[in-house]
Amino acid sequence: MKQAEHQRRPGRRSLPILLILILAIAASGCSTDLPQNSLNPAGPAARQIDDLFWLVFWIATGIFVLVESALIYATFRFRRRRDDDTEVKQVHGNTRLEIVWTIIPALILAAVAVPTVATVFDLRRAPEPSENALVVNVIGHQWWWEFEYPEYGIETANEMTIPAGRTVYLNITSADVIHSFWVPQLNGKRDAVPGRINHLTLTADAPGEFLGQCAEFCGLAHADMRHKVFAVPEDEFEAWVAAQQEPAAVPTEGLAAEGWDTFQVVCTACHNARGATPTVSREVIGAEGGEETVFEVSLAPDLTHFGSRTTIGAGTFTWTEDHLAEWLDDPSSLKPMTPERNDLTTGRILGMPDFDLSEQEIEGLIALLEAWQ
Amino acid sequence: MTSATPATIPAARTGIWGWMTTTDHKKIGLLYGVTAIVFFVVGGVEALFIRAQLALPNGEVLSADAYNQMFTMHATTMVFLVVMPLATAFINYFLPLQIGARDVAFPRLNAFSYWLFLFAGLFLTISFFVGGSPDAGWFGYAPLSTQLDEVVRMDYWALGLNTLGVASIVSSVNFITTTLTMRAPGMSLMRMPVFSWMSTIVSFLLLFSLPMVAVGLFQVYFDRNLGTLFFDAAGGGDPVLWQHLFWLFGHPEVYVLILPAMGIVSEVLPTFSRKPLFGRNFVIFSGIAIGFMGFGVWAHHMFTTGLGPVAEAAFALTTMFIAVPTGVKIFNWLGTIWGGRLQLNSSALFAIGFIFLFVIGGLSGVTHSISPADSQQHDSYYVVAHFHYVLFGGAIFGVFSGIYYWFPKVTGRLLGERLGKWNFWLMFIGMNLTFAPMHMLGLNGMPRRTYRYGEGLGFDMWNLVATVGSFVLAFGVLLFLMNAWRSYRRGEAAGDDPWDARTLEWSTTSPPPVYNFAHIPEVTAEDDFWHRKYGVDEQGRAARRDDYVPVDQSTPPPGLHLPSPSYYPILGSFGIFMMITGLVYVPWGLLATGAGAVVTLWGMFGWSMEDLVREHH
Repeated sequence: MKQAEHQRRPGRRSLPILLILILAIAASGCSTDLPQNSLNPAGPAARQIDDLFWLVFWIATGIFVLVESALIYATFRFRRRRDDDTEVKQVHGNTRLEIVWTIIPALILAAVAVPTVATVFDLRRAPEPSENALVVNVIGHQWWWEFEYPEYGIETANEMTIPAGRTVYLNITSADVIHSFWVPQLNGKRDAVPGRINHLTLTADAPGEFLGQCAEFCGLAHADMRHKVFAVPEDEFEAWVAAQQEPAAVPTEGLAAEGWDTFQVVCTACHNARGATPTVSREVIGAEGGEETVFEVSLAPDLTHFGSRTTIGAGTFTWTEDHLAEWLDDPSSLKPMTPERNDLTTGRILGMPDFDLSEQEIEGLIALLEAWQ
Repeated sequence: MTSATPATIPAARTGIWGWMTTTDHKKIGLLYGVTAIVFFVVGGVEALFIRAQLALPNGEVLSADAYNQMFTMHATTMVFLVVMPLATAFINYFLPLQIGARDVAFPRLNAFSYWLFLFAGLFLTISFFVGGSPDAGWFGYAPLSTQLDEVVRMDYWALGLNTLGVASIVSSVNFITTTLTMRAPGMSLMRMPVFSWMSTIVSFLLLFSLPMVAVGLFQVYFDRNLGTLFFDAAGGGDPVLWQHLFWLFGHPEVYVLILPAMGIVSEVLPTFSRKPLFGRNFVIFSGIAIGFMGFGVWAHHMFTTGLGPVAEAAFALTTMFIAVPTGVKIFNWLGTIWGGRLQLNSSALFAIGFIFLFVIGGLSGVTHSISPADSQQHDSYYVVAHFHYVLFGGAIFGVFSGIYYWFPKVTGRLLGERLGKWNFWLMFIGMNLTFAPMHMLGLNGMPRRTYRYGEGLGFDMWNLVATVGSFVLAFGVLLFLMNAWRSYRRGEAAGDDPWDARTLEWSTTSPPPVYNFAHIPEVTAEDDFWHRKYGVDEQGRAARRDDYVPVDQSTPPPGLHLPSPSYYPILGSFGIFMMITGLVYVPWGLLATGAGAVVTLWGMFGWSMEDLVREHH
């Protein structure tokens, strides 16, 4: 009888194999070489997290296969056959079994807890002075990122350049609502909370370009608040810093000069071009352990070296003259913003208004911004 | 005291007025259920809009603004207007029947809860037509939710949620009192059916968790309208305070959503396996354990907020260990099926589907408790995948199992099996197609609540699969609606006890008479009804008792006291509706608030003055 039953359903033994196969296919979908992939770590922090994830993933997979196989097996094995009206044994429970299947999961979890707690403390460790960490202040705005390099007196927006191999220590806060800074290949995410300073360490193993985007819902254009991290060799980084430290050059002739005239009238209420325009900023206070730090934050992305960037609209569009022309013509057509709610007295800027620029003015501005390498 | 004929009982209680003034827990349960199904369709359509927008990179089906409203309302609707009221519908209808009571402890308060829930649901819906729905997420993180002071959307959200909370607190008090005071003679707490147990635990969870978010919601409202600075960092407030208040409610809420489904499955599987629930007391106590531990894990929603490593580690540990009582339940359900004779009908299929999907959601939940890993997964689509496995695969599949199980009791007709199987398989396949790819999307770095995504990030294929899946899923739900409608009109007659079931609700007629039981049952065992029908033979197998005679529950005994219909619950709750509508439009709306206060007081006064029992049967 048992034998006959077994022969009727030869697929029974292959059930766990099938489940593993499905998971394997699914897992293969993750391990591709994608630029914003948390499973493709490119730094020690992300790798530490990734290792922990896979440890738990495989334990979970084992449990998944066991439990689901048992469920499917039991469902088929103990299902009622047509016209089968025999009654079954009335089993109420089995205390020993119950205790076993309470304790075993508890033990597995206790085993997982050890590396978890160790990793938590490890990842939250501030870098030692000997690590010569680069400090970058990260300030979230609706809907762009401000990156300040306090050691060098420079500031960029949405694109962060870091020296590969060196620890970067981020002070993260927000100028308005809560955002979350996330570069999956380098580390987990960390919220930018107004009034607080949070930290994250980023270390890139090797030069490369890493994508990220805001991970905490922050309003209308949350999806279009993206960022990039460029890890470059140390000497390139020095050169980059030196270039960024140059003030914005005021052009005296050509299309760019026309653009400069427009820029001074239209753009300087919110945007800074260091050395060329009066600085507009506001204070944001971040507290940590009872100590307050004052950040002088920009109202809108600093444009001093805008021409050297690769994207516009907070990482949403590639830097091309066409995109920039569209942007200058009607910014909200490319990225949803609410400039009608801008308040210059408090410095709360929620998007670039449509200034009704003429084609001539737009061309001038593009030439100017392109020149600000 | 005159004894009316049975025919006069329904006559006074039919028609639209009958429904509006009803205090019958079964009618109120039905009102909850039907309302929740309507909102389920609304929330489902919102979900389809979301999926349509995300089907392809840079989707243009919705604007960013519309998308943000859509996902905020999808979650708000599904949590507060679908899953919670669906559970309340089952609790309302079946808790009194399962414990052998004639009604809940406070029938008019019960009606008040429903009407308040309905008005709050309508209130949230109105916002869509007067300037847009709430758009700062169902979790309404401050200061985003408090800063948009130019529009009233989040006022609708804060006031609507708070009103729904009042409705839930009121019904929780009612259910707790009912289980504590109205059980039939002999029904000790440990003899109470597991669904009734889970309902009681859920009621306690709501009673203790809702006040916390109520405080927070008032603070949001005050920050927006009165210029308080509770969540304004620059003014000395703290945005993180909101997160604590919200998740102190929000995590017990997760168990509020899932425990009723666990209760349903714990009724369905024993019935169809023809075996008692394996380790019944373990299941009950693990439910209680989940209830307690559910209050100690809230900060796992805040692993990226910056709580410091000590709090992070502590909440990682508590979160891991809440998986233990949850796992116990799963093993016990397996133990119930094991060695049984499982009748694989639609109800049982949904129950098995529930376990299958809940295991996946539970395991991905454990990966969240690894807080470093959560710092990658948090606010990514991986989380979306996780909680849909728990809340759709879990709560909704459990509820569907319950609908197929109890539909015959409520309507007297069986829900069609053929369409039922189609319904199950389409929902099961659609559900996996929709939500399994989201695991990959999240790990590949796609954050949630993003109205568009670019090409080249590896998001394209999985999003398309998810969108296709969501339409398969929707088709499955559509089949269910057709099936329910057809079966309600001309389904196969069910009889009183179509499943040869175990608990007291099956011992009365289908549908049950207005007084539930002509003769209140005397309970002598767990699964009392079963033990009246069956003993065990020498081998421990169930054996039909020859001497079993069904009790006639259809002839009411003389002198039966039933709660009278009342207009005051709907009146009082309408007053609250007027009050909150006025509060959105400060200052002129305060006139409506004042008028609403008068109406509410009128309702309360009339309520306390009216005769308790005006009809005697």
